[in-house]
Amino acid sequence: MTALHHSLLPRVALPALALLIAFPPVMQAIDQPFYIVLATRILIFALAASSLNLLIGFGGMVSFGHAAFFGTGAYTVGILMVHGVDSAWIAWPAAVLASALAALLIGAISLHTRGVYFIMITLAFAQMIYYLFVSLKAYGGDDGLTLAGRSQVGFGVDLASDVVFYYVVLAIVALLLALLGRMVNARFGRALQAVRENETRAQAIGFPAYRYKLACFVLGGAVAGLAGVLIVNQNELASPNLLHWMQSGMLLIMVILGGVGFLYGGVLGALVLLLLEETLSEYTIHWQFGVGLILLAVVLFAPNGLLSLAQRRTPSARGASG
Amino acid sequence: MAEAVLALRGLTKRFGGLTATDGVTLDIAPGELHALIGPNGAGKTTLIHQISGALPPDEGSVAFGGREITRLAVHERVAAGLVRSFQVTNIFQRFSVLDNMALAVQAGSGSSMAFWRPVARETALFREAGELLARIGLADKAASAAAELAHGEQRQLEVGLALATRPKLLLLDEPLAGMGPEESERMVQLIAALARSCTILLVEHDMQAVFRLATRISVLVSGRIIASGAPDDVRRDTEVRRAYLGDEAPSALA
Repeated sequence: MTALHHSLLPRVALPALALLIAFPPVMQAIDQPFYIVLATRILIFALAASSLNLLIGFGGMVSFGHAAFFGTGAYTVGILMVHGVDSAWIAWPAAVLASALAALLIGAISLHTRGVYFIMITLAFAQMIYYLFVSLKAYGGDDGLTLAGRSQVGFGVDLASDVVFYYVVLAIVALLLALLGRMVNARFGRALQAVRENETRAQAIGFPAYRYKLACFVLGGAVAGLAGVLIVNQNELASPNLLHWMQSGMLLIMVILGGVGFLYGGVLGALVLLLLEETLSEYTIHWQFGVGLILLAVVLFAPNGLLSLAQRRTPSARGASG
Repeated sequence: MAEAVLALRGLTKRFGGLTATDGVTLDIAPGELHALIGPNGAGKTTLIHQISGALPPDEGSVAFGGREITRLAVHERVAAGLVRSFQVTNIFQRFSVLDNMALAVQAGSGSSMAFWRPVARETALFREAGELLARIGLADKAASAAAELAHGEQRQLEVGLALATRPKLLLLDEPLAGMGPEESERMVQLIAALARSCTILLVEHDMQAVFRLATRISVLVSGRIIASGAPDDVRRDTEVRRAYLGDEAPSALA
């Protein structure tokens, strides 16, 4: 049985948050600041993957073009900075809005298709956006757009410091995950899950399925855009790679690895995949081979993702909904 | 006759060369339990689809409560009070029986564009879902997954989901399909009870049940209504007898 209610798991999430807050001073104390940068990257991808998990796991929409919104957010910040707008208070909301708008346009058309056609049409739209930005020579073309620095926040907060940036990212990701958790248990989230489970039936009891799916698609796109805002600040580079279909594929792998439809599926998937990449790439440039093997093992032994293993061990964690 | 709840005017639907419904005109009065019968392939399901909004008619119109609804989407018709159940059981299989019902109650109580308040805290919603489960005789199954219910119970839940949206007119598409005698009896009782609170259009093959329940019967043959009236009149209608001769359940008409 599938529970409609998804616990935010405060007994796991709050200690994890405490550890993450304590992480930078510890790393500085042992003189390993590199890990702060890695942790920031993992947090950003956790957000991006969670936004895709909202689409796939809760809305039943397998999008293969999620990088479009991730990259749109990143490029919006980059392009505004080229034109002298470096305030986070203007550029970040503008980037989220641009991603949401792109999701609205792409979703409004794509959601008239289903299944494999939906996968293909979202992929096609994302590739169109990819080639659009590659062709914009004024904004770096193939090479991407190098930023003069990170966005300006003011109030004495300097994002140029990796530690400060880490805490800003952590605050945003934690807040967004909490909001996401609220949403899936609210009326919208339950209606969405009803549509995912059985669209004909959902319509027959009066749910406007298309409208809810489109709303979910736009929200997912907006959150991916926010993740794009953060990644472009982290890298100080808006690269067309952020828009490439392989980026969409990477986000998909994270969601599948962590657990489709689990609140923290995207988080765990991002953590595991990026740590694997980090460790394996130290030994071999063919690290993707190792990742492939591990992914294969997960698909064979835990087809519903790593979080399904935890669920199986503690049946009480499923909880009765209601 | 009081003003019709549902008024069909010349509903025609063609699939290539086949005319599935051919100018169907029919009025359903408030409070009726109107049965629609007819041999296999008569166009009953196609007609139900056009009434519920799943299929657009090629010609003709549908009015509900005096309002033209021919072009409304399924969910808009449900909001207006025109709700169907399915011939093939169509429930949220992986969710609990209570969650199934709670979703239907939620769908029938305003917009679900609410992003903050947990539904789990909406006690009124779950109380109503519980009451509905009691009404359809599934109160003791609330915590089971819908997929684990027996066939008859799933059919009860199917009808219950439609009921939860507070319909003015309930379209029941073969609610007795595939049921054993005991399950059938329970369902007939349930339909009789529902008929007290809403108008029902019942499509059914079980003639015994139809003649027990219906206050009016219409007969659809080859996409046309060939007779419509009180059960006794329909039973005696020569054209109906001819259409059913050699087809299912002629004995029920005798």
